[in-house]
Amino acid sequence: MSLLSALWDPFASFGFMRRALVASITLGMGAGPVGVMLQLRRMSLIGDAMSHAILPGAAVGFLLAGGLSLTAMGLGGIVAGLGVALLAGLVSRRTHLAEDASFASFYLTSLALGVLIVSARGSNIDLLHVLFGTILAIDGPALYLMGGITTLSLCLLSIIWRPLVMECVDPGFMRMTGSRGGVYHMVFLFLVVINLVAGFEALGTLMSVGMMMVPAATARLWTRRLLPMMALSAGVGMAAGLTGLLVSYHFSLAAGPSIILTCSILYVVSLLASPTGLRAGRGASSWQGS
Amino acid sequence: MTDGTIRLDDAGVVMNGTPVWQHVTGCFTPGSMTAIAGANGAGKSTLLRAILGEVPLSCGTITRDGLHQRDFGYLPQARIIDRGFPISVTDMVLGGAWHQTGAFGAADRQIRQRAANALRRVNLDQQAGRMIDALSAGQFQRLMFARLLMSDARVIMLDEPFTALDAPTMQDLLELVGEWHRQGRTIIAVLHDIHQIRTCFPHVVLLSSGQAIWGETARILTPGTLQRAYDSTPGDWGNAPP
Repeated sequence: MSLLSALWDPFASFGFMRRALVASITLGMGAGPVGVMLQLRRMSLIGDAMSHAILPGAAVGFLLAGGLSLTAMGLGGIVAGLGVALLAGLVSRRTHLAEDASFASFYLTSLALGVLIVSARGSNIDLLHVLFGTILAIDGPALYLMGGITTLSLCLLSIIWRPLVMECVDPGFMRMTGSRGGVYHMVFLFLVVINLVAGFEALGTLMSVGMMMVPAATARLWTRRLLPMMALSAGVGMAAGLTGLLVSYHFSLAAGPSIILTCSILYVVSLLASPTGLRAGRGASSWQGS
Repeated sequence: MTDGTIRLDDAGVVMNGTPVWQHVTGCFTPGSMTAIAGANGAGKSTLLRAILGEVPLSCGTITRDGLHQRDFGYLPQARIIDRGFPISVTDMVLGGAWHQTGAFGAADRQIRQRAANALRRVNLDQQAGRMIDALSAGQFQRLMFARLLMSDARVIMLDEPFTALDAPTMQDLLELVGEWHRQGRTIIAVLHDIHQIRTCFPHVVLLSSGQAIWGETARILTPGTLQRAYDSTPGDWGNAPP
């Protein structure tokens, strides 16, 4: 088999592979830039928490639709994710608990609740699908939803770009100018939630955050400028989608984990090869003494 | 009341159930230059933030006669700002024109020219294209002053503006503060250096034991008041140059 046919045939021959490719490219395009901003706001773990927080909503959607319906589960996930974000924000403002501590409490509750709901009414297969996704079973409506979420995400991000950046750098300045930093924060959390929802049918609630965080961390190793960083993050996500699907096809491996592990390999290579990675720390320092 | 006066009338702030300062009465007249001094935890930054309306008062009032939010320029403590964020020096200084551009407006040629001038004024024009994480502490503080220049504020509030700066940078920035003062802007600065307050700031608010002693610097900063405020020996302060 030639290299070209190895790259081309899986997508030329099978519709489910083409749909999976479009899904992973769409996810990478939307989640990558959001992931960069999430990391720069020092909210990486909150992204992880949010990915679990959408589970009970998705589970309720699963129950109401009577099966795996991305629309019902997606809407449920958005409601649950935003609900947890609002509750965690409220608790951190009204108590001495930091926002990440509130998120940790709520997301563990959400995870337990979600697993309980799905396992009570569905089969173990359903639970596996919800937790780990089924990227090779993506259908047309799911692709439209992913495309819509990515489009909305990129548009909203470009609209709130300046206040979001300034709120990250200097929140005090934003308060001084009378700008509602909290509103932009909530819009941003909304973007995080909808991107996680877009990803969970493909990669599951446990791994959808991987498409957001790992490419972002990789991109940060290669550039210090925000716009190229976001573009590179999206590019890494898309490339990992393509490569992961090919690896999964040719080696008969699970597609979702193959995509995320490809992201991880790109991250490790970047750690070793990028100018700001591990190489950067190798200075010539020594103690001089008798 | 004079237009532009900031008046505190029996104002107090309580945080987490503990009074920070109480019964503070006094006024910042337009064009005045006042330092806020006091020991760590005395509530100096809280006083600034209360004047800005960011901290709710537990009692009393603060009135800002004829002043709007856009009339205030604020320089926060350097540690509050995320200096690792990937934003360029130019973009940062353009933030000072927020009241003209708003959250979504673009910076036109005139605003960009003002930004370039502001950077030149603080000797940072050579760094315009760099990212803020590449700046030294002194250069970063110059950048923050350039952003204040852009804001063209009537009241300039500085929270520990000269902390951890070398002498030339501090001198340059002090000259800029003096220039603002000569232009008739009101300056309110939280400072730790008593000698600097004595030499450069005609008025002072000394926060001590939850109270504020307010007035001319030479009259307020006596060894006795400083000892009470900082809980140390008078010799630490009494021998400082006038």
